[in-house]
Amino acid sequence: MEHTPPPFFKRGPAPVVRLAFFTLLSIALLVLDARFRTADALRQSLAALAQPLQEIAMLPGTLAGRIAGYFASQVQLREENATLRRQFVEASASLQRLEAVLADSEQLKRIETAAQRRRMSGIPAEILYNARDPYARKVVVDRGTQHGVRAGSPVVDEVGVVGQVTRAHLGSSEVTLLIDKEQAIPVQVARNGLRAVAFGGGLSGLLELRYMALNAEVEAGDRLVTSGLDGVYPPGLTVATIARVERDASSSFARILCQPAAGIERGRYVLILDTEARAAPRPDETAPEGDARGSKSRRVRRKAADGA
Amino acid sequence: MVLDRPQYILRPVRVAWVVTSFALALLLNFVPWHPAALAPDFVALTLTFWCVRQPRLVGLGAGWLLGLLNDAGSGVLLGQHALVYSLLAFGAITLSRRILWFSVWGQALHVAVLLVLAQAVGLAVRVAAGADVPDWSLWAPPLIGALLWPALSFVLLAPQRRPVEVDETRPI
Repeated sequence: MEHTPPPFFKRGPAPVVRLAFFTLLSIALLVLDARFRTADALRQSLAALAQPLQEIAMLPGTLAGRIAGYFASQVQLREENATLRRQFVEASASLQRLEAVLADSEQLKRIETAAQRRRMSGIPAEILYNARDPYARKVVVDRGTQHGVRAGSPVVDEVGVVGQVTRAHLGSSEVTLLIDKEQAIPVQVARNGLRAVAFGGGLSGLLELRYMALNAEVEAGDRLVTSGLDGVYPPGLTVATIARVERDASSSFARILCQPAAGIERGRYVLILDTEARAAPRPDETAPEGDARGSKSRRVRRKAADGA
Repeated sequence: MVLDRPQYILRPVRVAWVVTSFALALLLNFVPWHPAALAPDFVALTLTFWCVRQPRLVGLGAGWLLGLLNDAGSGVLLGQHALVYSLLAFGAITLSRRILWFSVWGQALHVAVLLVLAQAVGLAVRVAAGADVPDWSLWAPPLIGALLWPALSFVLLAPQRRPVEVDETRPI
């Protein structure tokens, strides 16, 4: 008691105690976010706090882009215009063919009373910048929840799949590219229909087909398209081309590397697909209910048997 | 040594200026720099500066809150920057008396060590969460940040410098 300092020298807890407190708090948050994904409410409110700063930070870049666009040389614009017109003609030709095919298939589906699939609709968006995080492969696009973007929507460009919206903010959203290490997409070899799952290769910029048997029928140059089995990506979108197949007898799986088709790190404009209400309900969501009913009826039956 | 140089007597710091500088640093962190891999972490730099200059005013709590804001804004794991900034603030406060004894480039050298250690902690967190180890460009931002230290100290201390012109009408 005699040795405690007088109150006017009070500085609060010792620095080491504070350090321990804040370190433990941070680690607890990290575990909550990484393992249990339960910190999303906190993240949303903090992101709303940071949002105005982010918008101001975007201003100089947007202004510079506008000014540069204003002074773009006319020659360049004319060339670009010509190219675009050529592409437009080509695209409209293929679009007409596609319309015809779609009409045919709609008719066929009606005849077969197959499940009505909605035509794909999308929200065009512009890539603003690469996310700053050096450990992940993400970009930020300029469309958010106020434009109808939802987390989980697939993102494509004019060639193929780019990635998936992983976080939708109000005016922008974060797209995780296919090559991110945490990203996986169900695919199908276009040549023979073989199904597989392509995982992001991280820093290499490639995709990898894992868990394919040594004798799996794939070869370099095969085109991979989405199989649509996950209910997230619509079937038939181009994903990648197989670049290299290494069959090493010492491991039980082949090592298959694929080059993504879309301009994953080059393009500027993307389309965020709206695939709402397409997927059938998952079996594990309906199963417990059916189970419960089954056990209930069994119990009822047993009771009836007891009574008899 | 510090005694060889002329010394300024600084005015007391204004809390509003500290808060403004943190807001500006967050703003600079959110600017999409073109080679994004080389952009220094302005918040870490500003936090180190205030922890060295005003260890009684700015400390671990401020660092932790700034880290949370940075995490949410840049969309990384919640708590990553919070942890890094708490440790950085602790290191800066512990070294603050020593650092202020050096010239501005000597201070920058100390800050480089602190920032590299902070980056290493961030790397450890992400690797523990399952990320790949990026290439050597990961170590460029802390070093570039340390190079910016002299300019940053000049700007952040500017409001505290007494005017050099002598005011004849002043009583003292």
